[in-house]
Amino acid sequence: MSTPSAGPRPSVFKRILPQLVILAVALALNVVVFPDFFHIDFRNGRLFGNLIDVLNRGAPVALLCIGMTLVIATKGIDLSVGAVMAIAGAVAASMVVEGHGWGTALLAAMAAGGLCGLWNGFLVAVLRIQPIVATLVLMVAGRGIAQLVTEGKILTFDNAGLIHLGAGTVAGVPTPILIWIALGALVTFVVRRTALGMLIEAIGINERSSRLAGINSRVLLVCVYLVSGLCAALAGVIVAADIKGADANNAGLWLELDAILAVVIGGNSLLGGRFSIVASLIGALIIQSVNSVILLSGLPPEFNLVIKALLILGILVIQSPRIGNYVYMLRASDIQPQPDRPKPIDHQEKEAAR
Amino acid sequence: MTLKTTLLASAIALAPVAALAADLTIGFSQIGSESGWRAAETTVTKQEAEKRGIDLKFADAQQKQENQIKAIRSFIAQGVDAILVAPVVATGWDEVLEEAADAEIPVVLLDRTVDADESLYLTAVTSDLVHEGKVAGEWLANEMAGEDCRIVELQGTTGSSPAIDRKAGFEQGIAGHDNLEIVRSQTGDFTRAQGKVVMESFLKAEGGENICALYAHNDDMAVGAIQAIKEAGLKPGEDIKIVAIDAVPDAHKAIAAGEMNATIELTPNMAGPALDALEAYLANGTEPAKWIQTESKLFTSADDNMAIFNMKKDLGY
Amino acid sequence: MKDVPTPDRPVLHARGISKFFPGTIALDDVSVRLMPGEVHALLGENGAGKSTLIKCLTGAYRRDAGVMELDGQEVDPASTAESQRLGIGTVYQEVNLLPNLTVAENLFLGRQPTRGRFIARRRMNAMAREVLESYGLDIDPAEPLSGYSVAIQQVIAIARAVDMSGKVLILDEPTASLDHDEVQLLFRVIRQLKARGLAVVFITHFLDQVFDISDRATVLRNGQVVGECLLNEVTQHDVVTMMLGRQLEARVQNRDTGRAGKTLVEISDLGKRGMIDPFSLTIHEGEVVGLAGLLGSGRTETANLIFGVVPADQGKITLRGKAIDITNPRDAVAHRFALCPEDRKVDGIVGDLSVRDNIILALQARQGWMRPIPRAKVEEIAQSYVRALDIRLASLDMPIRLLSGGNQQKALLARWLATNPDFLILDEPTRGIDVGAHAEIIALIEQLRADGMALLVASSELEELVAYSTRVIVLRDRQQVRELTGDDISPATIIDVIATEEAAR
Repeated sequence: MSTPSAGPRPSVFKRILPQLVILAVALALNVVVFPDFFHIDFRNGRLFGNLIDVLNRGAPVALLCIGMTLVIATKGIDLSVGAVMAIAGAVAASMVVEGHGWGTALLAAMAAGGLCGLWNGFLVAVLRIQPIVATLVLMVAGRGIAQLVTEGKILTFDNAGLIHLGAGTVAGVPTPILIWIALGALVTFVVRRTALGMLIEAIGINERSSRLAGINSRVLLVCVYLVSGLCAALAGVIVAADIKGADANNAGLWLELDAILAVVIGGNSLLGGRFSIVASLIGALIIQSVNSVILLSGLPPEFNLVIKALLILGILVIQSPRIGNYVYMLRASDIQPQPDRPKPIDHQEKEAAR
Repeated sequence: MTLKTTLLASAIALAPVAALAADLTIGFSQIGSESGWRAAETTVTKQEAEKRGIDLKFADAQQKQENQIKAIRSFIAQGVDAILVAPVVATGWDEVLEEAADAEIPVVLLDRTVDADESLYLTAVTSDLVHEGKVAGEWLANEMAGEDCRIVELQGTTGSSPAIDRKAGFEQGIAGHDNLEIVRSQTGDFTRAQGKVVMESFLKAEGGENICALYAHNDDMAVGAIQAIKEAGLKPGEDIKIVAIDAVPDAHKAIAAGEMNATIELTPNMAGPALDALEAYLANGTEPAKWIQTESKLFTSADDNMAIFNMKKDLGY
Repeated sequence: MKDVPTPDRPVLHARGISKFFPGTIALDDVSVRLMPGEVHALLGENGAGKSTLIKCLTGAYRRDAGVMELDGQEVDPASTAESQRLGIGTVYQEVNLLPNLTVAENLFLGRQPTRGRFIARRRMNAMAREVLESYGLDIDPAEPLSGYSVAIQQVIAIARAVDMSGKVLILDEPTASLDHDEVQLLFRVIRQLKARGLAVVFITHFLDQVFDISDRATVLRNGQVVGECLLNEVTQHDVVTMMLGRQLEARVQNRDTGRAGKTLVEISDLGKRGMIDPFSLTIHEGEVVGLAGLLGSGRTETANLIFGVVPADQGKITLRGKAIDITNPRDAVAHRFALCPEDRKVDGIVGDLSVRDNIILALQARQGWMRPIPRAKVEEIAQSYVRALDIRLASLDMPIRLLSGGNQQKALLARWLATNPDFLILDEPTRGIDVGAHAEIIALIEQLRADGMALLVASSELEELVAYSTRVIVLRDRQQVRELTGDDISPATIIDVIATEEAAR
């Protein structure tokens, strides 16, 4: 989806296949609870349908998980992204309320997010504080900073340009969808067409070895937290623009956890190393599809969290190594019908077992 | 009124504190400033005190009960004439309330009640959450006047008492009107963003033209939903009637713009009735009722919403 | 397979064991017979299938084919716990005990003597003391395990395994982290168990130890049994030939260290307080300078200081007459220095990255992330080194951690050779790798020197150090004590220098 090259290489497809299957199942569940799920029409100058909602509402988590994937690839984690969203939204809102243009507001918000990312990067890469602790600082303090900016209220604005980023459309497609797809494609392109991706994976797998091989791990670490901060800032601006107001208390609340979950559903290890941004983005869509099932089911809200937890649990169980092995064994047992009492294998079967 | 308060405020600011020594000194332990409404309550309480020439000692507990208990003990030590408390939780107040009672300092609870013996506090000033919902339901029943109406409901945070009570109240309000039916009900977590998201799904699941009214447990969710309705190409306030609770400034603005139909006020002025009761009690020992219910006032397009908006917008909402 | 006479019926007889992994056959129709009262060595290069066989025998892996007979009864352990109950105990190189528990608790964990519902601690300690005394260990079983050396922990692990199982004891690289005396302690215990009639399986890289303790050996190569032999009937040379499948050139060749070229690196008074005393060293093109010394004498510290792994706090380095500043490995790499570190797993490989990425890593790091090496070029570099160094792998895409130790080491050498270094530092280049790779790496060092590269090699293997070094620096207690040249370079002299300096203190 966001692979910029002309058609993904087979290995990329193989990597994201489990996520695509789960996404298909999640979308199928939507159809079960709401048969018209895939119906899209053009209304009021914009594409209108549940599928569009999934893509549109998935935007904040999708944006967050782009940066989060890189951070997690370095064996880190960024808990502050939700709070950074609130800060960026508050900064953008206060800028337009003070009469600046939407471009200036967007730049200021991105600068604020970038600053937050640099701060996290400084704590992690230079002071060597554990990432979970280092980013916890801003997770707690960030919301307070956002409240200071908005003076504790929902800062409402009516700057058309800024609102367009969250609630507008381009050629009928809601802007946030275009933004996250474009950013996902851009970052994927940059990390895979340069050596950045490989170097990030290297420091995530073994930072000591990487440093000894001459990799500047410190700068790279700061970079990934910077990217995470910028992604969070963009998500924050979109969320604020969507409701025409910066809600410092609620903007991005708990979204860091959804972003981490998206990365995990995307099959990326929390222990760092090999990563796939595309898979994380599909993970974000899977989460949004699950949310959509809940909303469309019409069940009382008391069931929301239980249903979400069960569906997510199911997804994670399916992805677990043990189940993976089991599936592998099942396939192997097609060749060897009696796994308990292995008979001597002749040469042909050996070939097949490869 | 605004002008008057301003004058008064500057008068107080100019006058030396000693000149008012004869007047009342009252301690106010506020929970914090977790929401706009809370901030407005603080502002209004300070205004009400100024209006009456009361020396208000304000303590922000930042969501912590131990801070509130500390503040109350310090008020007792300072020998204030009375104490206002907006309790952060319901339990654990007995000891400190007994200390206040021993010092013969009356305590008035604002906004929420506590699980303690009634004798330990003078009175509690709170709104009636069920009543608010009922007013909303009754307004809609009146408005529809027997016409069939499919209602969607945006609930507050699942399991919170405002969500439970406002839902129950609304159902009481529309009880007996078979033309009114709640067809979908989902939580919007009291936030604008979720209000918009959930309304989007309602519009798709039911079809916008099949929804006649929206009841939101607070104005923020309604404001979010209004945007979703507009993006779906419908006219909020006309195609879909909207009633919500709280009467925050943005709701008045929406009503003034014709995008919303009604809101029921959760007044931030808990201190007014509380101070009235205190003054009467301190002056001649008039015992107030143990529960003073604040008014749940209904605002519709019949009111001058822009004027109310301008008055409310600086309260800190 | 050669038929070797057997006096008794085997305790454990495994026949036709096969195990497949995706893309490889790890074990192919492997048979092994363990006799009572015998120490049976399992030999083979890294990747020959020793570990896989052990895991199949102990139930850690499910075998895909084959039969196991224990005392003539067919058995099929589904887990290590079940194989333990059946009588097959295993002790691994990394002792699998709990360091924070006491010795006695470790011995009896999961089967503690109880009184009512409580652990009978005193009785347990007494029982533990009795068990340990039978192994010649007089230690306090109430002390935490962590208070004892690895060798003693090893014996405790053996005691636990024998106590629980008692028919077959498998020792997987038990001596890898033991010194000479400790090895002897362990061997005493093994001989004792042998006398009791246990069948002991012994896996190690050290051939001397194999001949020292074992009676019989089964040699594996590429997942297949090459042969079984009684060790008193064969020589080390025979065994190595079986393992490698080819004649190995004489271990120590005639020294032909050639003529050193121009001065490349001059190090003067480089040092860091608390790490290593200031030292000076001049290295010329086309020479190998060996660093000799006991463990902890400062070999690794010297290498790390020159490469900037730890920045020096005094002294200077000049390269071709120009002073250079090295404060971190990046600086060193920029000046075309290279360092293959001692601890391959921790400091060398990036385990989950592909072999290809590992080979290209240092070159790419030097180029910077903005200038990626084109895919075709990467492929060409990786392929050429895989061929040149004979790195054995299924595919360049496989994670490097799946390679055997020797092949990992070669891939790391490839990583640095790809950067075309002028000065290559090798820290223990042959540690923990199999005999074949060993010889190849030594040959490579000679080759690089002949091509004019300057090398600094730290090694604890005196024989090989002597074989390839132009000069040898002897270190003791973090100090350079002597530089040996020419005919002075021999294992005997080096040991002499270390010993003399010892006496002189």
